[in-house]
Amino acid sequence: MEYETIIGLEVHAQLLTKSKMFCGCSADYASAPPNTHVCPICLGMPGVLPTINKKAIEYAVMTALALNCTIPEHTRFDRKNYPYPDLMKGYQISQYNNPLSRNGWLTIEVNGKSRRIGITRVHQEEDVAKLFHRTDPSGESYSLVDVNRSGVPLMEIVSEPDMRSPEEAREYLMKLHSILQYLGVCTGNMEEGSFRCDANVSIRPAGSTEFMPKVEVKNMNSFKAVYRALAYEVERQRKVAEEGGKLVQETRGWVEEKGATVSQRSKEYAHDYRYFPEPDLPPLELSRKFVDEIRSRLPELPDARRDRFISQYSLSRYDANLLTVSRAMADYFETCLKPLPQGAEAEKRAKTVANWLLGEFSRLLNATNIEIKDAKITPQHLVEMLELIDNGTLSTTMAKTVFEEMFRGGKSASQVVKEKGLAQISTANELESVLGQVIAANSQAVADFKQGKEQALKFLVGQVMKATRGQANPQMVNELLRRRLAHSQ
Amino acid sequence: MASEYDLTVHEAHDLLKSRKLSSLELTKAVLERIHRVEDKVHSFVTVTEDMALTQARQADENIKAGNLSPLTGIPALIKDVMCTKGVKTTCSSKMLSNFIPPYDATVVERLKAAGMVMMGKGNMDEFAMGSSTENSAFFVTHNPWDLDRVPGGSSGGSAASVAAGEAIYALGSDTGGSIRQPAGFCSVAGLKPTYGRVSRYGLVAFASSLDQIGPLTKDVTDCALVMNVIAGYDVCDSTSVDRQVPDYTKSLVPNLKGLRIGVPKEYFVQGMESGVEQVVRRAIGKLEELGAEVEWDVSLPHTRYALACYYIIAPSEAMANLARYDGVKYGFSAKEAENMWDAMEKTRQYGFGPEVKRRIMLGTYALSAGYYEAYYLKAQKVRTLISREFAETFTRYDALVTPTSPTVPFRIGEKADKPLQMYLSDVCTLPANIAGIPGISVPAGFTDGLPVGMQILGKPFSEETLFRVAYAYEQAAGWQKRRPNL
Ligand SMILES: [Zn+2]
Repeated sequence: MEYETIIGLEVHAQLLTKSKMFCGCSADYASAPPNTHVCPICLGMPGVLPTINKKAIEYAVMTALALNCTIPEHTRFDRKNYPYPDLMKGYQISQYNNPLSRNGWLTIEVNGKSRRIGITRVHQEEDVAKLFHRTDPSGESYSLVDVNRSGVPLMEIVSEPDMRSPEEAREYLMKLHSILQYLGVCTGNMEEGSFRCDANVSIRPAGSTEFMPKVEVKNMNSFKAVYRALAYEVERQRKVAEEGGKLVQETRGWVEEKGATVSQRSKEYAHDYRYFPEPDLPPLELSRKFVDEIRSRLPELPDARRDRFISQYSLSRYDANLLTVSRAMADYFETCLKPLPQGAEAEKRAKTVANWLLGEFSRLLNATNIEIKDAKITPQHLVEMLELIDNGTLSTTMAKTVFEEMFRGGKSASQVVKEKGLAQISTANELESVLGQVIAANSQAVADFKQGKEQALKFLVGQVMKATRGQANPQMVNELLRRRLAHSQ
Repeated sequence: MASEYDLTVHEAHDLLKSRKLSSLELTKAVLERIHRVEDKVHSFVTVTEDMALTQARQADENIKAGNLSPLTGIPALIKDVMCTKGVKTTCSSKMLSNFIPPYDATVVERLKAAGMVMMGKGNMDEFAMGSSTENSAFFVTHNPWDLDRVPGGSSGGSAASVAAGEAIYALGSDTGGSIRQPAGFCSVAGLKPTYGRVSRYGLVAFASSLDQIGPLTKDVTDCALVMNVIAGYDVCDSTSVDRQVPDYTKSLVPNLKGLRIGVPKEYFVQGMESGVEQVVRRAIGKLEELGAEVEWDVSLPHTRYALACYYIIAPSEAMANLARYDGVKYGFSAKEAENMWDAMEKTRQYGFGPEVKRRIMLGTYALSAGYYEAYYLKAQKVRTLISREFAETFTRYDALVTPTSPTVPFRIGEKADKPLQMYLSDVCTLPANIAGIPGISVPAGFTDGLPVGMQILGKPFSEETLFRVAYAYEQAAGWQKRRPNL
């Protein structure tokens, strides 16, 4: 039987605010020693009260607008009650019936086809403390609590169950990630947990409208893990169904080492969260003025930027897509094109810059695991290098060496060329003696050429290049050889 | 001169100002009084003698330097539900019996800035849940007017200490009548301000949408003086209201001319003691004599649903507010547990008393999936109706006058195992919490030697009207001058 896959994603993104959601503690806890970014409020001590971080609300509204959501005039917080030692108050301040936004969408592209994925809601809540489970030498297990993360602003973005394949889910997640980066509201670091994703997955016979039990998949810490976990889970469910087994509603965790999802707990024992309106925080008014002001500050988003790159720089859709996934890359690209040469040159320069960024630059970033913002090579370095190629100082082959050198050391192109003696030999005088040697040592090829074999000239040029370790300008070598061989006739 | 411990705030202030008395002398007199009567009354969970003496000396320095505010150098008791930096704050619960907050509640901070001398922390029903102070995990507080009887609750320690001269004034908290009912039982003045008038920051939460801090004092003038200091917006409490605080002493005028007063019949409930009813009706007659236009037959029919509404909303909020006490971070922590969950369960099993557990269970039930609409949501709708009914009534009346409680102080143990009867003790006071309106209780006289309180209710932020009615009555009736024999 053919099955249809149904996937919905729930993303939790930590907001890049200076302070926490409901107290004045710093939210930048990533490298802080345990329990140093804490106060009576985020520790949940008796008698303390929360106050709303306006910046967090601004960021969440900004995100909701970027995702085409509707923002109501009022929103309010609710208490989500459940006992767990990572939850300082015994409840999490979240949003239930009156979230900050609803009914949005974003567009993904899979196999050249565009699809709209619905966003159910974007709401604001707070993160919880971090638990570390340990075992002492005697085998006794214990847990440590680091409260630094408690109260860090967290935005929950819930999608509709609109995705029909793990590929689509991955695209959705990458697009969402990209949008948050463009907005500058989240670091998007999946490994550190500032961008987390849970999935609801189910299958049903193709064409059917019935609902089969859905499985919540957790613990996916990278885009790759999301893709693999969902592919695994879809296949697992299909097998169970085909073998006549019974699918159950449950939570399953992705175990990277096993490459499998493993059952965690069945939904029958799920918590009853006993949501009710947070009495410590009055309803929050989201005035149209406030919302419009945020809307007016929205930056150009990935899709729009991609379309502009195509029309402004005549880039291919493929290249434009790749360049605009990350705001840092797109910014880098555009900085390289300032000032932009005129006319036909502009298009050529854009294409060349795109090639360098998507080729060598991306390769080196991946290989060294460096982020664009930390890269030592600046757009100015790249532009200077391209000018050296244009004026014949560098060959494209040598430019790769120069580029890598600039990437690693952060020196300018001319500096690298000078230090490494990499300048192209472009004067006839410098080449004369090498040419003489090559002609003398390859009499057969010389003879062949004279008999009209063009191939032989290519061989001779190659020999000159080899002798000069690539520093000769091949075009010039070609011309000089022709001239000399013609003369010697 | 009467004994110093019997002074009111304004009387003490006059003596301090004219340098006829020092804060140290006054503080020592009150401490001595505590030592003499505390064995009988048991108002205090903690007496902060050293701190009081230090603050008194500091106050005398300030007075000498000419820095004298109406509360400077005057001894006070703080209900043990308000956080006090460096001083145990127990909520009269085993759960917090060793809890020392690293911060002051906003009201405590404001009183300290105004020169308070803190005598200690007042006994109460555990986590403010109760109407007799019998639910304290430590000991019962006794009514200074009759030591066999309860002082009311949950702010029983606050009310008893003021009546007994163990403090010149006190702070209490009121979620369903916890300031007004003990004020009535102990024949002192007690105000529950409008919700949002006084910051709740640092008040250990019972029911967040109902809780409000207020003063318990020997007379209405003192009540106004304390309100002048503690009222006002606080950035740390998002439910506090950013609204100008008037000088409440300006409303203390001895006549009620032109004031429209309503007497809602639903507050003279079935089972009300006839002595109480007589005293209150006589007091209302006095208001008429003072120039008020009294309408004796006002009706607020939704009042009868207030109790049920209250016992859904308050426990629901309490359930969540008390969830943080798990023995992990502070307070009581059960030893010898099998694992983490067992430790949390045992902590709560041994750390909370029976009334607290009862309310946690009530709240958990009311909010459970499948019951939410029938209970919590319904209660919220009733709450809206009650508020509207008050709002509508206050278009016709400046104030409503009722008994504070249907009974005189009952005997210790009399209702201890009858929770429903105990809940009825707050039937006249809790509608004000549900609607968020202010209410004050003033001594209205005695029946069989036991105190009776009269409650005055007004629309939100009408504390000035309440003070005016209460003050005019008090000046005419004079009950505030009586002191119990101890
Ligand atoms: Zn904090």
